[in-house]
Amino acid sequence: MKLLYENIDEPGLNTREVYERRGGYRMLRKALDMTPEEITAQLLASNVRGRGGAGFQMGKKASFMPKGTMDKYLVCNADESEPGTFKDRELMSKNPHMLIEGMIIAAFAVGANKSFIFIRGEYQHPADILDAAVAEARAAGYLGERILGSEHTLDLVVHRGAGAYICGEETALLDSLEGKRGNPRLKPPFPANQGLYQGPTLINNVETLMNVPIVISMGGEEYARIGTATSTGTKVVSISGCVQRPGNYEVVLGTSSRELIFGLAGGPPEGRSVKAWFPGGSSAPVLPGSDEYLDLPYEFDAMAKAGSMLGSGAIIVIDDSIPIVDVAMKTAKFYRHESCGKCTPCREGTNWTVKMLERIDSGEATPMDLDIMQSVCDQIIGNCLCVLGDAMAMPIGSMIKHFREEFEAHIELARERAGLGAAIPQVNRGRQAGQGPMLAPADTDPTPAVA
Amino acid sequence: MAIDPSRVKRYAHGSRVPGWDEAADLTKDPAVVPDPATTPVPAEVRAAIEAHMAKYPDIRSAAIPALQVVQDRYGWCSPTAIEQAACVMRLTPAYLTAVATFYDMFETVPRGEHTVYVCTNISCSLLGADRIYDEMLSAAGDDPRFNVRAFECLGACDIAPMASVNGEYVGPLETADCRTIVDDCLAGKPVLESKQLRYRKAAGTDGGP
Repeated sequence: MKLLYENIDEPGLNTREVYERRGGYRMLRKALDMTPEEITAQLLASNVRGRGGAGFQMGKKASFMPKGTMDKYLVCNADESEPGTFKDRELMSKNPHMLIEGMIIAAFAVGANKSFIFIRGEYQHPADILDAAVAEARAAGYLGERILGSEHTLDLVVHRGAGAYICGEETALLDSLEGKRGNPRLKPPFPANQGLYQGPTLINNVETLMNVPIVISMGGEEYARIGTATSTGTKVVSISGCVQRPGNYEVVLGTSSRELIFGLAGGPPEGRSVKAWFPGGSSAPVLPGSDEYLDLPYEFDAMAKAGSMLGSGAIIVIDDSIPIVDVAMKTAKFYRHESCGKCTPCREGTNWTVKMLERIDSGEATPMDLDIMQSVCDQIIGNCLCVLGDAMAMPIGSMIKHFREEFEAHIELARERAGLGAAIPQVNRGRQAGQGPMLAPADTDPTPAVA
Repeated sequence: MAIDPSRVKRYAHGSRVPGWDEAADLTKDPAVVPDPATTPVPAEVRAAIEAHMAKYPDIRSAAIPALQVVQDRYGWCSPTAIEQAACVMRLTPAYLTAVATFYDMFETVPRGEHTVYVCTNISCSLLGADRIYDEMLSAAGDDPRFNVRAFECLGACDIAPMASVNGEYVGPLETADCRTIVDDCLAGKPVLESKQLRYRKAAGTDGGP
């Protein structure tokens, strides 16, 4: 079943003419005949959840917006920087009018008169297409004052960022959009109360907003029948890494993960097997490539139950030829580079994690360092303004959990290579982080690992 | 075992932290909003920045677009470039410098005119991006006309390993393509046209991979 990808490769779908021929902007007319409350009710009934990472119900988020006349804003988060995610890029560059239509309807539902698309600066081609599409929509009277003769007025600005992963976090995005450095804000107040320019702001991901015209067209209850009870609708899944056919695939939520990785994306190259996979971008804890996990339905709750998350819907497949330490290093270095530096646990924690991984690679580490690394990760989670630090701590923690033996073997091998001999007796092996002070039991010899 | 001190990288001043070589002159007053009478700004730069300022309820929102305008013109966010943007926007140069140093796409030192961002994030590196980056460095790393950088995920993992050359996404790259990228840039041709992302069909459709 394809909703967003139905005519995706039709030539000229990015122009208003073809989009209208395909039924575009009809749902806008229908929505303008409804009341804002009715639209919000439809969104609530559809149970459509945010496609950007957190998976929060869109209808609920929209209903948090205060009523009454005031400066309200709608912001589309198109800063898609989560490693492994590239669905919004394809959606925006091939079907920009659907996003614009969704935004007009959403803005009408919450009473916003000014809206922004915050697109990452690297996406120059999609941003050019969006600029052209917005100009077309404005010329046709879909944007501007008194849209299609209604009382609703909406202005839309395409705002290009300048390269910062943190700006995908909603409050950092708002700061960046206000022309500041992209630092996250303390929550609450949430953006629905005090967001852009201190006004109530609704922020949604590109794919979420593109689902709005579909919800209006099908009706919320009908839409809720697609997918599973708590994960409704379709999802564009970006599959990349060690697979034969990487790309975006639109599937009904609840499709088995095996079908996605092996069926649609063709599985890993000949003769290799899946060692691990990120189910939802590099911020999601990795899952091993065993049957137990590959047979899970790809939907929000099943992924959460398995200890990971659906996130932005980006599957990165790692095959058995890749050392897990290398993946951990790439992940940790990315978050170290992108940490904005505002909160200490994240700024220092990401840095120390990279340093410890470098020690593992250079043969200076002992298996005890894995526990220290785990405890650093545990100290980050929940202790910062935003979840960037958590987004490093969770995948690294999951790698240590699922692949501890490989980490230990890597440590031993690196020590041998560096001529340092075997590691000390592993007194703390198996110790759970947070279980008390990290001291050797009294009867063992506390030889320091690195003198 | 002892750690070899020569392995710890240090800057000329003996610290492991960069940025102390050029000490700020603390006796000097901070720069104020530049005076339009003494700060010449080219008319088209001023017009472009003012057009951006008009789009937002708060003119400071135009900080990133304004810096992009001056960077496009001068090649990097030079002190003059920032001063001109600050003059048009009625902000202090310090404010814009703070913004420019935060974002990856602003250059605070002079760079080559051809920008090559090689993605070295997870998906690309699983498919050999580090090799591509090394090859790109040896092809153009020493060329002052090029600005070759290892970049974080550019959002095109379907064409991994990939690079963004002057804003144009190309991939999947092989090591031999690096030379072609350099040649195409210097010849002023569209870069590696057969591998440009904009012509690629969605996966799973006819004509797709």
